[in-house]
Amino acid sequence: MDFRELTALELGKKIKNREISAREAVKYTLEQIEKKEKSCHAFLHVMEKYAYAQARKVEEGQKEGRFQGPLAGVPIAVKDNICIKGVPATCASRMLENFVPTYTAEAVRRLEEAGMIPIGKTNMDEFAMGSTTETSAFGPTYNPWNKNHVPGGSSGGSCAAVASGEVLCALGSDTGGSIRQPSGHCGVTGLKPTYGSVSRYGLIAYGSSLDQIGPIGKNVEDCTAILEILAGKDEKDATSMERKEETYADFDGEGICGMKIGIPKEYLMEGIAEGVKSEFMEAVRVLTEQGAIVEFFSLGLVDYTIPAYYIIASAEASSNLERFDGVKYGFRSSGYEGLHEMYKKTRSEGFGAEVKRRIMLGSFVLSSGYYDAYYLKALRVKGMIQKSFQKAFQKYDVLLAPAAPDTAPAIGTSLEDPLKMYLGDIYTVAVNLAGLPGISVPCGLDEKGLPVGIQFIGDCFQEKQMLRAARAYEKARGDFLLPYEQDREGE
Amino acid sequence: MKQEYETVIGLEVHVELATRTKIFCGCSTRFGAEPNTQTCPVCTGMPGSLPVLNKQVVEFAVAAGLAANCKIRNVCKFDRKNYFYPDNPQNYQISQLYLPICYDGWVEIQTESGTKKVRIHEMHMEEDAGKLIHDEWEDCSLVDYNRSGVPLIEIVSEPDMRNAEEVIAYLEKLRMMMQYLGVSDCKLQEGSMRADVNLSVRKAGSSELGTRTEMKNLNSFKAIARAIEGEKERQIELLEAGKPVIQETRRWDDNKESSRAMRSKEDAKDYRYFPDPDLPPVLVSEEWIAQIKSRQPQLREEKAAYFQEEYGLSSYDAGILTESKHLADLFEETAVLSRQPKKAANWFMGELLRLRKEEGMEPEEIQFTPGHLSDLILMQERGEINNQTAKDVFKKIFKEDLDPIPYIEEHHLKIVKDSQMISGIVEEVLKQNPDSVEQYRNGKEKVMGFFVGQVMKKTKGKADPAEVSKCLKEKLAEF
Amino acid sequence: MVKIDDETMDYIGILAKLSLNEEEKKQAQKDMQKMLDYVEKLNELDTTKEEPVTHLFPMENVFREDVVTNENQRDEMLANAPGQKEGQYQVPKIVE
Repeated sequence: MDFRELTALELGKKIKNREISAREAVKYTLEQIEKKEKSCHAFLHVMEKYAYAQARKVEEGQKEGRFQGPLAGVPIAVKDNICIKGVPATCASRMLENFVPTYTAEAVRRLEEAGMIPIGKTNMDEFAMGSTTETSAFGPTYNPWNKNHVPGGSSGGSCAAVASGEVLCALGSDTGGSIRQPSGHCGVTGLKPTYGSVSRYGLIAYGSSLDQIGPIGKNVEDCTAILEILAGKDEKDATSMERKEETYADFDGEGICGMKIGIPKEYLMEGIAEGVKSEFMEAVRVLTEQGAIVEFFSLGLVDYTIPAYYIIASAEASSNLERFDGVKYGFRSSGYEGLHEMYKKTRSEGFGAEVKRRIMLGSFVLSSGYYDAYYLKALRVKGMIQKSFQKAFQKYDVLLAPAAPDTAPAIGTSLEDPLKMYLGDIYTVAVNLAGLPGISVPCGLDEKGLPVGIQFIGDCFQEKQMLRAARAYEKARGDFLLPYEQDREGE
Repeated sequence: MKQEYETVIGLEVHVELATRTKIFCGCSTRFGAEPNTQTCPVCTGMPGSLPVLNKQVVEFAVAAGLAANCKIRNVCKFDRKNYFYPDNPQNYQISQLYLPICYDGWVEIQTESGTKKVRIHEMHMEEDAGKLIHDEWEDCSLVDYNRSGVPLIEIVSEPDMRNAEEVIAYLEKLRMMMQYLGVSDCKLQEGSMRADVNLSVRKAGSSELGTRTEMKNLNSFKAIARAIEGEKERQIELLEAGKPVIQETRRWDDNKESSRAMRSKEDAKDYRYFPDPDLPPVLVSEEWIAQIKSRQPQLREEKAAYFQEEYGLSSYDAGILTESKHLADLFEETAVLSRQPKKAANWFMGELLRLRKEEGMEPEEIQFTPGHLSDLILMQERGEINNQTAKDVFKKIFKEDLDPIPYIEEHHLKIVKDSQMISGIVEEVLKQNPDSVEQYRNGKEKVMGFFVGQVMKKTKGKADPAEVSKCLKEKLAEF
Repeated sequence: MVKIDDETMDYIGILAKLSLNEEEKKQAQKDMQKMLDYVEKLNELDTTKEEPVTHLFPMENVFREDVVTNENQRDEMLANAPGQKEGQYQVPKIVE
């Protein structure tokens, strides 16, 4: 049976109804990965044994009446910066090539508790720093829509794995758009929850005040169902928060008639590709048709979000990545003399160029004499940005933005000019700075045939509203077929 | 002629808190465990691990702050101090720079020249580093992270001290305070109390501060006193020679009685402090402060006053007995159990101090069950043992925490009051010494002493002397 | 405007424990200068009345109780160490 056309929830239902066993689901998924990996390179590590063991556990548990959740038995891919006990976690870096965590991230623990089956670790930009998955030390991931293009990043592996049909769903992490942007570029749905909704325990930190784990799937419903499993307070993460909603799914009946949706007008003024703009405006038309009241408004401060973001994220990264020194785990260089040379050689050889760039910038903006001018300044601007969103949400239920100014760039065209690459994060980073939830939903293709994503942004802890809007849009939009779904005969 | 100089000293004192677990993880803080057996992903800085604050650390910090008359901040934060060193597994230490929990306090110290206030600039919470072992191997150093993440408070004084005597008095004061609060055991030899000395000199009468140095690696009060003398001399010599004092950190070598600058071109001393995003601010409400205040135990001064009032001890004895919280606790428990505070105090002030001196022990090293001493006191009070026995048994209690009741029983050390048995022995003695009996009858009453001695000898001193005299007189009358 | 010179690059190398060869250093210097010039934009904003936001949402205290929860997991963790000896992490000889 071919169940690639299923959603994760549909597969879960079939498993629950005993039409498919969890082990069959694993077997099928592994076959898909085997078939697609050569052209996609979404995975860094496939967890065959682990997945079968978990599947057996789920099957046995189900006989005893456990694992009754809607996604029990469904395989899920996990970004390689999220730890699973006994499974390598490399962050796509030489630095952690041989690192095997002795603990499992709370997010994965929750998935497993719900009977989901981690099937493999996905490729990413090294330490989640990048927007293309090209900074991976183990080679880029290819966009399933067009192999000459990147999948976006940094959760490019997770998004490509879903877009290629290797898996039905995946976990990613989002510090400045790393779930939403590649989801847009791959034509899948990716959700970044409110900061604090999902435990960061076991997520290898990039920018601790910005990082959030979130689901990637084929539609809003699947992402919502996974969020139901992930969200909640974890006593191992002091920044995680008590959940405010018992359930996030609120799709039946209520449409979006009368919902007030705001579009920051600055987002469409300059730097946006025509193909993206027209698909975005088409989505706006669809939403209006559904009865939503869509307005343009001035959010303000848009030009300041990327500077503030890169100062804060780099500063935190420079500190978070200090622990990679060749002493306790990971890579250690050879041929050094003395401690400090060991540090320097290890870190210079273990980290790639983009990581080094951000570590250096971060070390500088925190250094004596510059802390106030850069870091504190950025934190003050962050407060202003948070306020500008608070003001917007006094008027609007949900905000709308493109996921990225353009569709996925061709491989090899981005890393030359880092600053230009950073500017591509314009629609996503503000959401992280303000801690808001955001979800990217595919809304069409540009003239190159590459997917365009539209982003729904909610007020903090108002995932429910945001998901309702996204779901209503998705329904009104109609089917959005992934390449493998369009062309099944060709395989 | 040499000019008069004044020494200006401020202290940074690190105190390891007596929590069961580390500051940010559930690892034990027990001292002396096998290397790295008390570690976890958090305290070894594994990627993806996150710190969660131990509530007890906050309560201890507030308790210490209150005792030192500090203000307590209602909102305080943790900051990261970034520097690379292998004992620091994350290569940043979680500490408090911008908003420490306690600030603006003072303690009063007593020296020969009277009492004086030393102002406390701040007290903050932070994590301890691991331990580096350098000496065992030629080609490498080894790291043990058992101590990594043990909670510390750092107590930063104002530069209010002028000589070693004041510094020692200040440290003693803090040590007493922490011990009485139960916040720390403050054992210098185990490193649970450590002091860095900031010292500068200036011409007497000047109000400006000179350039200071920071002295590290001071492992005893004696080393601290020597280091202060040494550093003072070194700085004065520099100034006299027209050379500047360089602001730097120096490492004291107590064997060589000299220090050297700790400098490396690889260390920039630029810690890039910033608020730790992993730890939300700590909120200390007035209610919570009041609660902690209401639970504050007696500090040394209060304890000494209480001993005088409640147990009728002299001010001198009360002073000595409260010199260590541990000793004071042992005493108080013994006093309460035996209901003989004066007798208990006599043991503590006499034999116990003598033995402690003889053994060269720290007060904290004295370990015995107060019930054992209480039993001994009671037996002595009831006249069941003589003074010598009591002294011998006390020594055993002191050294090996002996349980006196079974021991005295087993070794037949009790005074014999059994008149039948005594009268038998008396008869025996009289029979064996007819000459002396004769002398007694002839009015030489001094031989009485000889008879008593003989009886005691036969009973190994355990016979009740009064009983023996009585019995002898009776028997001699019969003879 | 901050100018990133060679000396600054060396200083950053010490702070970040990175050593770059001449070519890398030149490139890094250029990248950093460009980035710092760009973020200079923030100075257009008057932030004198703004508090630096370190934590986004007001939170209640998050504490752990003082109870030992961890068992000895040394060997499992040491298995990741590039150098170990006698249950300890091995580093180059340090002279203090």
